[in-house]
Amino acid sequence: MKAAVIVFPGSNCDTDCFHALKDIVKVPVEYVWHKDRHLPKVDLVVIPGGFSYGDYLRTGAIARFSPVMESVIRHANEGRAVIGICNGFQILLEAGLLPGAMLRNKSLEFICKHTWIRTEENLTIFTGQMDPGETLCIPIAHGEGNYYCDDDTLKSLHDHSQVIFRYSSEDGKLGEAFNPNGSKDHIAGIVNKKKNILGMMPHPERSSEDLLGSSDGRKIFESILNALE
Amino acid sequence: MKFKATIHTSLKKSVLDPQGQTTLHALESMGFKEAKSLRIGKYFELALEAEDRAKAKECIHVMCDKLLHNPVIEEYSFEIQEMPS
Repeated sequence: MKAAVIVFPGSNCDTDCFHALKDIVKVPVEYVWHKDRHLPKVDLVVIPGGFSYGDYLRTGAIARFSPVMESVIRHANEGRAVIGICNGFQILLEAGLLPGAMLRNKSLEFICKHTWIRTEENLTIFTGQMDPGETLCIPIAHGEGNYYCDDDTLKSLHDHSQVIFRYSSEDGKLGEAFNPNGSKDHIAGIVNKKKNILGMMPHPERSSEDLLGSSDGRKIFESILNALE
Repeated sequence: MKFKATIHTSLKKSVLDPQGQTTLHALESMGFKEAKSLRIGKYFELALEAEDRAKAKECIHVMCDKLLHNPVIEEYSFEIQEMPS
């Protein structure tokens, strides 16, 4: 398996993602600058977190039109794996690769803390190493992670088993107290219908080794490696 | 022909606007009993050149659809005025 990490002006989790893939999961990985129209032949594209283009206009709205995105969209439409984390998720939403949009956090505050998320589906390349219902401790760090979609879209997400992660308590209970940003239906991560594109607000790369306080995020990268090798 | 467009985008009525609500509450707590609802949006001033008014309007619709507004959560409106060349 080979991976590429896309770098936009304002990306700031690119190095963390690169490190998690190269040194923890041990897969060949390279950076791709957003102005490159050509995407190297890779199995996994990672769109990392950060503040691409300073979050101007709307989060992810301008990055979505970066030259590299045409290749990323082609890669995704060919059924190959893409994971967008935090700002990467926002970019995937703006690009229309995933349904919905992000609103300001309900509290209006930028929230940076560890959260528990519950694995809703494990029949995907991103979650094969988890049991259904298994909770993971993974940090969030965002001001606009309040996932929104209309009711028809939400129903469609559930009908097609596209809701992959929901904010929960450590033992997997759902509730407003465990929903940090007001996301609709406690959604923390979703996939497309073909289940090759994952967007999630929590940062698995920031919880991929014990040194960081949690290594739960590593399971997501290991699931991908296991599925694609 | 030269035009100036003023474009407004705002969250759809069906989408909760926590920023607007917090600001409304601030006005209420300052004693402005007159304030009944408040929505916050964005305002754009765009100078553009086009063959005629219809072409300019068409172009602005495309700009709004592709970039300036997100149809999942926002709506937009604009006014256009001809500028002396």
